Amino acid sequence: METISPTVVNLIIFVLAIYVGYHVVWTVTPALHTPLMAVTNALSAVIIVGAMLAAALTEGDLSRWMGTAAVALASVNIFGGFLVTKRMLEMFKKKDKPATDTAAKAGAHK
Amino acid sequence: MSLNVVTLLYLVASVFFIQALKGLSHPTTARRGNVFGMVGMALAAFTTAALIVKLADSKAAGMVYVFSGLLVGGTAGAIMAKRVEMTKMPELVAFMHSMIGLAAVCIAIAVVAEPSAFGISAKGSALLPIGNRIELFIGTFVGAITFSGSVIAFGKLSGKYKLRVFQGAPVTFSGQHTLNAILGLGMLGCGIWFAVTQDWTPFIILTIIAFILGVLIIIPIGGADMPVVVSMLNSYSGWAAAGIGFSLNNAMLIIAGSLVGSSGAILSYIMCKAMNRSFFNVILGGFGQDGGTVAGKQEQRPVKSGSSDDAAFMMSNAETVVIVPGYGLAVSRAQHALKELAHKLGEKGVNVRYAIHPVAGRMPGHMNVLLAEAEIPYDQVFEMEDINADFKQTDVVLVLGANDVVNPAAKTPGSAIFGMPILEAHQARTVIVNKRSMASGYAGLDNDLFYMDKTMMVFGDAKKVLEDMGKALDNL
Repeated sequence: METISPTVVNLIIFVLAIYVGYHVVWTVTPALHTPLMAVTNALSAVIIVGAMLAAALTEGDLSRWMGTAAVALASVNIFGGFLVTKRMLEMFKKKDKPATDTAAKAGAHK
Repeated sequence: MSLNVVTLLYLVASVFFIQALKGLSHPTTARRGNVFGMVGMALAAFTTAALIVKLADSKAAGMVYVFSGLLVGGTAGAIMAKRVEMTKMPELVAFMHSMIGLAAVCIAIAVVAEPSAFGISAKGSALLPIGNRIELFIGTFVGAITFSGSVIAFGKLSGKYKLRVFQGAPVTFSGQHTLNAILGLGMLGCGIWFAVTQDWTPFIILTIIAFILGVLIIIPIGGADMPVVVSMLNSYSGWAAAGIGFSLNNAMLIIAGSLVGSSGAILSYIMCKAMNRSFFNVILGGFGQDGGTVAGKQEQRPVKSGSSDDAAFMMSNAETVVIVPGYGLAVSRAQHALKELAHKLGEKGVNVRYAIHPVAGRMPGHMNVLLAEAEIPYDQVFEMEDINADFKQTDVVLVLGANDVVNPAAKTPGSAIFGMPILEAHQARTVIVNKRSMASGYAGLDNDLFYMDKTMMVFGDAKKVLEDMGKALDNL
């Protein structure tokens, strides 16, 4: 029997994923568009998977060094992207408690 | 661990990535979403590590390289995330796009050199299936364009570098589009050559051409169009990741890449719409002059200018105040001073809200982050569509370093910005505008709002003016 080429399977995944992405991203509130960009930076760094294979499984110097460099570049984004998103999202926390604290402090100073 | 288990774990990670984006629909669910993203990424990395150990027959000496790369990159990334100032977020994001682009190119080179290590060619054979060659070509050129384009975007955003291509003003020359088209065709030709022969020569040439093209397509775009450029490069970085996923037959990479790609595309669309410009109009460039030209052409019209004290008095007597922050606020880092002022007004019983135009700041949602950083509660911050109807009932609008986004000329047919959605500040009873000077905004237009009878101009640096207003409020 004829087998389906992996490219065709990949294409199916690709089209469906764009569809999911399109619908999910439209639900993102405009106030969080900057964190969205930062977290997508981290997500596209999932190519670290390819980079790890290149760094660990290749034998030639060229591909090994390219792989190691790619691991380093992608991990900049993984750590940088997720951590900076976390930092930004912390700022969007409801600040009821601290607000009353500062108000109380301001009162004490007067 | 069998390959089926590996693939299923990748599927779980992919679902987690979708959850990470889905969480961003509301600030309260966003942090949990981010945790999903981190767990998904950790799962992907550990699964791959386990796969490597298995494929290397438990002699995983190669993992040393992985760990050293991870240590160096991870440390650098963590330090940057901790130290970056919120005003500098666009630069950080542009920088991270370039990382993805370069990583994609590196991986593609490794794949061309040793395809058998990735399980996409027979063991011991270096011959790739033709489909993978085409996919590698696409992944490489998109990655290379993302890298060099992001480097230029980074330079334009930071504005610190003397080099001409890093200046905000667009770089244009005659025959620019022809040159780009020739290079593009040349690259395509090399791609076909590579797909047929799997030779290094066309691969190297096409990579170099793509690096040059990345520079050429970003330099004609003006500094003020950076929100579109940053979103567009965000999209490219996703497509580059998806391209690598295709060449490695890895579904998770394709899914994550497509999510990012469509996210960036949607953001570009939103930004273009908020500026009422077509995507191609922005990309073809040459329009956005940074900094604005001084409106010397128009005859001098009288404006009413007042002091910070007057403005403070007007606001303290108002029932409702809407604040319109623009990029000028970010430049003078006045968000904390603004918060102090709003807090004092709140104590006097004034209802203070904020109105955000989609292109306020230098990237999508930038102004929201700057206000959140100053601990301004997000439920006082409103998007344009949600607050525009309320301007009529607003006593005082305080415009801080914004210009084109409140220009009523957008309602006049024939104006250069006609049709651009604006914040309808001119509908309010009184308008206070803080600017450094009467220089016009980036569209180079005079703003009728400034000459209205109900408008009072307060000239000066936003931070200084806001602090003065705060002091004046204390003395009232």
